[in-house]
Amino acid sequence: MTGIIAGPYVLGMISSEAVLSTMQGQWWQYYLKTEKREIIMDRNSNSKRPFYRSFTKNMVLLVTIVSLTPMLLVSGIILNQFHTSFHEKVYAHLNELVHKHTQNIDSFLNERLNNIKFLAETCDSDKLLDESVLQEKLFQLQQNYGGVFEDLGIINEAGVQIAYAGPFKLDKAQYADAQWFNEALENPYYISDVFLGLRSSPHFIVSVKRLCYGKYLLLRATINFEAFNSLVENLRIGKTGFAFILNKEGKSQTEPHYDMLPIKKSYTDFIKAGRKTRQGIYMGELTGDSGREDIIYLAALLKNEDWILVYQQEKTDAFSDLVRSQIVAGLIILGGAFLIILMNLILFHKAVSRIAEADTAKEKMNRQKDMMSRQIIETGKLASVGRLAAGIAHEINNPVAIMVEEAGWIEDLLDEEEFQKGKNLEEFQRALKQINTQGKRCKDITHKLLSFARKTDSRIQSVQLNEMIEEVVAISNKTAYTRISINSYPDNRIPSIDGSPTELQQVLLNLINNALYALEKDGGKIDVTSRLEGSYALIVVEDDGSGIPEANLDRIFDPFFTTKPVGKGNGLGLSICFGIIQKMGGEIEVQSAIDSGTRFEIRLPLKNPMSSKTEDSPEETSTGTGE
Amino acid sequence: MNQNENTTEKKIKLLLADDEKRFVEVLYKRLSRRNFDVTRTFSGAEAIQALRKTDFDVAILDLKMEDMDGLEVLKIFKKMYAPMQVIILSGHESAQTAREGMKHGAFDYLSKPCDFQELLATISKAIVKRDA
Repeated sequence: MTGIIAGPYVLGMISSEAVLSTMQGQWWQYYLKTEKREIIMDRNSNSKRPFYRSFTKNMVLLVTIVSLTPMLLVSGIILNQFHTSFHEKVYAHLNELVHKHTQNIDSFLNERLNNIKFLAETCDSDKLLDESVLQEKLFQLQQNYGGVFEDLGIINEAGVQIAYAGPFKLDKAQYADAQWFNEALENPYYISDVFLGLRSSPHFIVSVKRLCYGKYLLLRATINFEAFNSLVENLRIGKTGFAFILNKEGKSQTEPHYDMLPIKKSYTDFIKAGRKTRQGIYMGELTGDSGREDIIYLAALLKNEDWILVYQQEKTDAFSDLVRSQIVAGLIILGGAFLIILMNLILFHKAVSRIAEADTAKEKMNRQKDMMSRQIIETGKLASVGRLAAGIAHEINNPVAIMVEEAGWIEDLLDEEEFQKGKNLEEFQRALKQINTQGKRCKDITHKLLSFARKTDSRIQSVQLNEMIEEVVAISNKTAYTRISINSYPDNRIPSIDGSPTELQQVLLNLINNALYALEKDGGKIDVTSRLEGSYALIVVEDDGSGIPEANLDRIFDPFFTTKPVGKGNGLGLSICFGIIQKMGGEIEVQSAIDSGTRFEIRLPLKNPMSSKTEDSPEETSTGTGE
Repeated sequence: MNQNENTTEKKIKLLLADDEKRFVEVLYKRLSRRNFDVTRTFSGAEAIQALRKTDFDVAILDLKMEDMDGLEVLKIFKKMYAPMQVIILSGHESAQTAREGMKHGAFDYLSKPCDFQELLATISKAIVKRDA
């Protein structure tokens, strides 16, 4: 009852598309066509090359940053610390050096002054006025202190040198106008700046003022400039480090070998602007301009702040060790960074290409799986529709059979004499014939429904390959053109194998359809051969058509690959065949040459020969127990 | 010798087994009109019962009956009276079941609705086979 009620609906649904497709032997294309567009869209979105490129870029960037940042930070801090401490060390060293030299020079000056003081205090002025005594004292001093003392002289208040011992002819020399003399008169003892004086060579004077008979006398000694200069000149460091002494006016008291600081302001003011250490040493830097190097300087006041000892050195020279080690460290850091970046690039490139490979493999697999599962779902749907169709067909067949037979019965009765004379006999006969014809039409429809139902069956059954081949060849021969002949050459040794008859039929039909397509233009023949080959059943579908270009051979099993014009093929046929054969544990291969034809070989594993025996044995045992 | 003469005069005994009552009735009428001795049964059990009483020449058997599967009935028929030729006439057309039927000794297979002339032709072929 339910079958009959549902009848019109189901019939309408099926007859529209499915039945038509069934008649063409390509019913599967009908449901896969609808899936095509969706899958193609999937595929397009899978072209992820730019994604992988930016992924690599981002990863390399990230890891580079993560690995370089701490390295750069640490090395930066270390370098900075090193820089600072090296600076401090250099400054401390120079500070110490300058301090010592200052002390040395101060003590040298003090000693010379003390020498003269001592001389002035130990000897009577009268005696000293005696030039021979003076000469002797000078000799003694020169003996004790080398060539430091150049000469000795005594000058009266009027500025006349009244006694002299030394190499120059300075007897009765007039010093009244000399600046040093006037300053010396005002102080109990005095050390002059360096000056040329009467002898026209640089020297300076150490003098002591003494009261002698109510009048002041000056005992003065000339200090050899060279001896003094060497004290300062000893302070030489590196290539450009040197020292010199300036007086209050900024005049050089020594002979520096290099240029002094290139400044226009008062030297002392400039120097005093620098920072001052605990030992009273000023230090600072002068930024070089136009071709000049940066310069560091240290300065110390000496001789009761009359003089200033300046040490100066080019910065690059002073810190040359630092610069060198900084360059080395920088190179190491750069090299390290370069290596890290390089390794990142290589590693991530490799890793990402691996990932990409895996992704594409997975996508391909997913695509196949997806396709298979869609196919299975659709097959399942169709199977249930098919079962319904089968039920309906059966339900309809019986009433139609009764109708046809009843009509036949009327026909039988019409043979009787009484009806033969009837006016409407011909009309009766025509109507009955029509009932018969329409009954046959119903039968055709139900038969198609039933065959559709059978085709949707993907259950594993034992399949007689040869029978199936002959069946398919017979169907194909009906649809094929006259110019194409399809022949089957079955091998009778092939036993039945396990598989879905529907799906195998689908595979065969598909291969034959492809061959038909290849032969469409020029005609030809298609041979379907079966052969027993070891533990495999070999099915060969061979045509002598146009063949497949070599470039396409690798791709013909790919989903959606088709050479047919748009709308003619969806490119799924062979990929479905491939899936079906693989599912059955078999394999499908293709050989083709242009203009000589194409050959598809399918190998299907035979059913386990033990299975038939195990099927029989329980029966035998049961009969055995029965007895 | 006599037997041979008798068979020509004797009506051919047909057994109809189908749970479609109307179908059995109309076939009965049409076949009786063509001088067959037709027995109507409407289930597998009934058909077997009928075969116990009479040795039929030909049976026309539906494969799907409410009480029994046609193939089972066929097997029993063959055990009970092997010379009887069985023509399967079913609405449930299926190559698989047809093959099964043939395997179990059915003479031929027809699907409903079948052409009456075809049915008659098959019956006469079955008679030839039976007499062979």
